[in-house]
Amino acid sequence: MRNSTKLILLFILVIISILLYGFYDIKGGFDYAFPRRMIRVAAMIITGIAISYSTVVFQTITQNRILTPTVIGIGSMYEVVQTLIYFFAGSMSIWVINKYLNFGVAIIAMILFALLLYRFLFRPDKYPIYLLLLIGMIIGTLLGSLVTFLQVLIDPVEYLGLQSQLFASFTKVKAELLYIAFGILILAFIYGYFVLRKLDVMSLGRENAINLGINYDRLVMNMLILSSVLIATSTALVGSITFFGLIVANLSYQFFVTYKHSVLILGASLFSIVALIGGQFLVEHVLELRTTISVIINFVGGIYFIYLLLKESRASG
Amino acid sequence: MIEIKRLTKKFSKKPVVEDISVNIEPGTITSFIGPNGAGKSTLLSMVSRLLNADTGEVLLDQNNVKKWKSTEFAKRVSILRQANFINVRLTVRELVAFGRYPYSKGRLTGEDEKFVDQAIEYMNLNDMQDRFLDELSGGQKQRAFIAMVIAQDTDYILLDEPLNNLDMKHSVQIMKILRKLVNELGRTVVIVLHDINFASVYSDRIVAMKDGKLVKNGTTKEIINPEILREIYDMNIPVQEQNGCRICVYFNSQT
Repeated sequence: MRNSTKLILLFILVIISILLYGFYDIKGGFDYAFPRRMIRVAAMIITGIAISYSTVVFQTITQNRILTPTVIGIGSMYEVVQTLIYFFAGSMSIWVINKYLNFGVAIIAMILFALLLYRFLFRPDKYPIYLLLLIGMIIGTLLGSLVTFLQVLIDPVEYLGLQSQLFASFTKVKAELLYIAFGILILAFIYGYFVLRKLDVMSLGRENAINLGINYDRLVMNMLILSSVLIATSTALVGSITFFGLIVANLSYQFFVTYKHSVLILGASLFSIVALIGGQFLVEHVLELRTTISVIINFVGGIYFIYLLLKESRASG
Repeated sequence: MIEIKRLTKKFSKKPVVEDISVNIEPGTITSFIGPNGAGKSTLLSMVSRLLNADTGEVLLDQNNVKKWKSTEFAKRVSILRQANFINVRLTVRELVAFGRYPYSKGRLTGEDEKFVDQAIEYMNLNDMQDRFLDELSGGQKQRAFIAMVIAQDTDYILLDEPLNNLDMKHSVQIMKILRKLVNELGRTVVIVLHDINFASVYSDRIVAMKDGKLVKNGTTKEIINPEILREIYDMNIPVQEQNGCRICVYFNSQT
């Protein structure tokens, strides 16, 4: 099967899942339920694309297929910001009530965190990129402990509010924020359009890419920033989904055997939209909202991650 | 012409390449030889801008390598390092086509396809051009990478130990192709070699290094003689003439 055919099939699958999710078992007023469902669908499309795009890019620049941009602790930064807000200002403060403000503060904090990290640790001539990732991971863990510490001290009622803020969920997405996220996504795609083919060359590794005239180190920096902005956007919108990017990116590599990032990113995005909408459908209609989609994703993703680790160790061993 | 001027590189204060100046003559095969840790690969990496020098400069046509636009430089000088681990599944032809990137930016024209065909032909890869790289043997893979560099169509081709892990037959095959590139197409090849006999038989000029310093730079005839070889390798290496080739018989030498 050709890759274009596969993409069309996946696209049809996306349409089917959107229709199913939109029209299945609509009770009460159609005018009430349908627009709400469509807002969730839009949120899932935007986060799905943002996560897939950033993960594929991140894995190409790190030359590693089991890492995701979340390893550098962007997700922990989100938790820190929200916890600090609840701890110092409380759930009734403007920082929580005003969704724009909350979204803006969270996204800016995450991007600043990533930029600071890169500013001090991205020295490709001195250290390998793995040093950056490892230190990011350590800082992420440190931030995580800090969050836990604050959460223990917080008022239990406030904590409930905070917890719902931190768990990834599409049911509480605010439509107003979607426009901002969509805008960021469009900008990322415009930039990506100019570098897609450079990314293809980058998958040959640093030395071959420089040989072919790629300004490698600068492009890696730009791509790190791009993937951090995208991950920050999706996290601020729905919360942190750890394994999700890993699953869809690897599904895309296996399904489309190609080096072309245009195909890989599009494929991963379509996979992620189907998976998110399908997962949300399960959560709402089969599990009847007894759990959130992030639980399912982490469960399936965790299993897939172990499978990948076993496969990679066999391949290199 | 590539001019290397007083190049120095230190890794955590230890000099790996120290004050080396060499000119690469166009239209020749120049071999870098020397014991392990002599700094040959480091020198080659600096010439091809994979690595920044601490002091000194490399000039291509009188212009500092760092001042060249990266795509323009990629049309003049190509480099192939020894370890080429690739994360994606590529066919031989796809890999070779990457060699056209500096020209086509990923959208291959008819002319690009012609260069790719020629490079594949040159490296005898016709019957395996649609196979995946991970299905090939070490020698076939190495040939595919060299084909990519040939498709890149540069005046200068820099190769870092391209004979590593190859058997005798494939080593000879590759050295013959490099010779052909120089004699027939007028390319300039700079190559890091471990086997001094390959250096002796196939190269026009030899740059001998030891502990990061230049020992001697000259024609093959000047370098391949017992006195200079002792200076480089600390071994007594008798040199015998065989069919017009100077062969170093180092296998049972007394140090």
